[in-house]
Amino acid sequence: MRTRLLLIASVCVLFVLCLLSLAFGTRAVPLGDVLAVLTGHGSPDLEALVWGGRLPRTLLGLLVGAALGLAGAVMQSLTRNPLGDPGLLGISAGAAFGVVVAVATTGVASLYGHLGFAFAGALAASVVVYLLGSAGRGGATPVKLALAGVAITALLTSLTSGIALVDPVALNRYRFWAAGSLAGQDAGVALRVLPFVLAGVVLALALAPALNSMALGDDVATALGRRAGLVRLQGAVAITLLTGSAVAVVGPIVFVGLVVPHVARAITGPDHRWLLPFSMVLAPILVLAADIAGRLIARPGETEVGIVVAFTGAPFFIALVRRRRLAEL
Amino acid sequence: MTAAAVRFRLAAPPVSGVLRPRLLAVCLGLGLLAFVLFCLGMTVGDYPLSVGRVLAALVSRGDYYDQVVVYDWRMPRALAGLLVGFAFGMSGALFQTITRNPLAAPDVIGISAGAAVAVVGGIVLGIGSGVGTQTLGLAGAVLAAVVIYVLAWRRGTTGYRIILVGIGVSWMCTSATAYLLARAKLHEAQQAVGWLVGNLNDVTWSQTTPLLLALAVLVPVTLVLSGWLRTLQLGDDVAAGLGTPVQRARFLLLLAAVGLVAFGTAAAGPVAFVALAAPQIARRLAGVPAPPLVASACTGAVVVLGADLLARLVVGLPVGVITGVLGAPFLLWLLARANRAGSGG
Repeated sequence: MRTRLLLIASVCVLFVLCLLSLAFGTRAVPLGDVLAVLTGHGSPDLEALVWGGRLPRTLLGLLVGAALGLAGAVMQSLTRNPLGDPGLLGISAGAAFGVVVAVATTGVASLYGHLGFAFAGALAASVVVYLLGSAGRGGATPVKLALAGVAITALLTSLTSGIALVDPVALNRYRFWAAGSLAGQDAGVALRVLPFVLAGVVLALALAPALNSMALGDDVATALGRRAGLVRLQGAVAITLLTGSAVAVVGPIVFVGLVVPHVARAITGPDHRWLLPFSMVLAPILVLAADIAGRLIARPGETEVGIVVAFTGAPFFIALVRRRRLAEL
Repeated sequence: MTAAAVRFRLAAPPVSGVLRPRLLAVCLGLGLLAFVLFCLGMTVGDYPLSVGRVLAALVSRGDYYDQVVVYDWRMPRALAGLLVGFAFGMSGALFQTITRNPLAAPDVIGISAGAAVAVVGGIVLGIGSGVGTQTLGLAGAVLAAVVIYVLAWRRGTTGYRIILVGIGVSWMCTSATAYLLARAKLHEAQQAVGWLVGNLNDVTWSQTTPLLLALAVLVPVTLVLSGWLRTLQLGDDVAAGLGTPVQRARFLLLLAAVGLVAFGTAAAGPVAFVALAAPQIARRLAGVPAPPLVASACTGAVVVLGADLLARLVVGLPVGVITGVLGAPFLLWLLARANRAGSGG
């Protein structure tokens, strides 16, 4: 009951944050005017500001946050490792490599151009990691998956920095992407990634009962009627879809997905039927709050969301680690 | 995949122990390979030398010019590669054993990130530009380690808490680095990235000497302390039950591990992947259940020296770009081979 109330409260907080995200910025809009715009009664310039700039950005924050939080929770359960962040399947390294290759080879400067490359890179990297990690008789065991992910990440990161060192233009594009920002994206971006995120969410949430069984170990899960290999495959697909879209849009702020599940686990305990929805709600709260703060602290400019998330999320995370006896995986 | 072990007990002198022939062979083989790469590294350059002339110069028998080239020009770099790899490999093995997690490495739990933000800050903001990247890197790494340990302390530490706090610290440092890079002028960013990937290009004796002295102290100390690793890797409770002073042992071992990685990073930058991969590679080569210290260190040295040789011979890129390209496929191959044998991770 307590968990249910907390989840509802979290959703309310998230909703308020969405409204605030529409209101705050270089030009502050009173909440009443925001509501007027949303119901179709606002002045034209405010309509342009809210519909054209702030709404897409807020939507992206929601999408990216939910995707990263959910992917992180699934990843940690799948690898049974507290270090399991959604980038672990090589996804963020693949996306970074995609961005650098896109700039270095084709010189694409357009937003959509590098979005596609980043997503393709993320997808390819995670497929390779999964194939390598699941080769052989044992199938995709957590340690094998994690090590394969780390190895591919190292390989791609090396190649990325190699290209960036040789090609200053690629370095220039890459360093802004790597800071992680929600700014300057339009509604088209949100629409493009929406289907992938939705598919990932459905796959991940459907996995919750199976993940509960898997937490008891492969043998017990098998005895309970789960097919361990299939569960891991479904999890990997969900993680790839979710993280790939998030990273392609805002850059490598995957730490969100690492931290939020730990916070959620402190609230819910190990039951994935609660853990997954909580992660999915708490993560966008973090992302949106950080994005709003980033707009306020450096007015009239702004600080990238990736950096604010780090400097608010990390101390909070450390405090949590110190205060509670976190459930070990 | 545990390889054969020979237990022996001698009547006089009264010594008993376990001999692992495969581990011994791996250590010797890797040590030899590291030495060969070390010598080969000194043959390459604008003034080519044969291996024989390098060896002659090493025992101070060669031509005077050969000795100048070998000792003053090439040795600092080759030795730095050897020592950095050795330090990273050993510290990675320490971290992974202490935290009982194959993903724990100084690059993951925030120590390299601390060094990185200090050095990039120095380059971009000009803070402490007088003291040079070496001191900044050392200070950053040590500071990050102190912060992690202090924050993870609450009536003692646990490996799990150190990892999680380390991730938090790493996250902040990495973001700060990204922020600085995004605000830097392009040429500063290039310089910073050049350091961030790990670089042996401009190493002279002034970088190599402190590293050599530090390792001369830290490596013997680590080896003396390593007896505790055997019990610590069984978990805190079992270790305490077996009479290990868990907190003191972990503190001293972490101190050694941080010292190794801090001096290594100060000399060459956070050469990616070595500390993480070397222990895993060594463990699989030697067929032992936990990362072996000396074999991991030798693996690290081989990886860094080999990568540096390749970097200079083939492409002219910094060593850190090659370690990943070289180390990753090898680790993957080992994984795949272990998979075929059906023993999993």
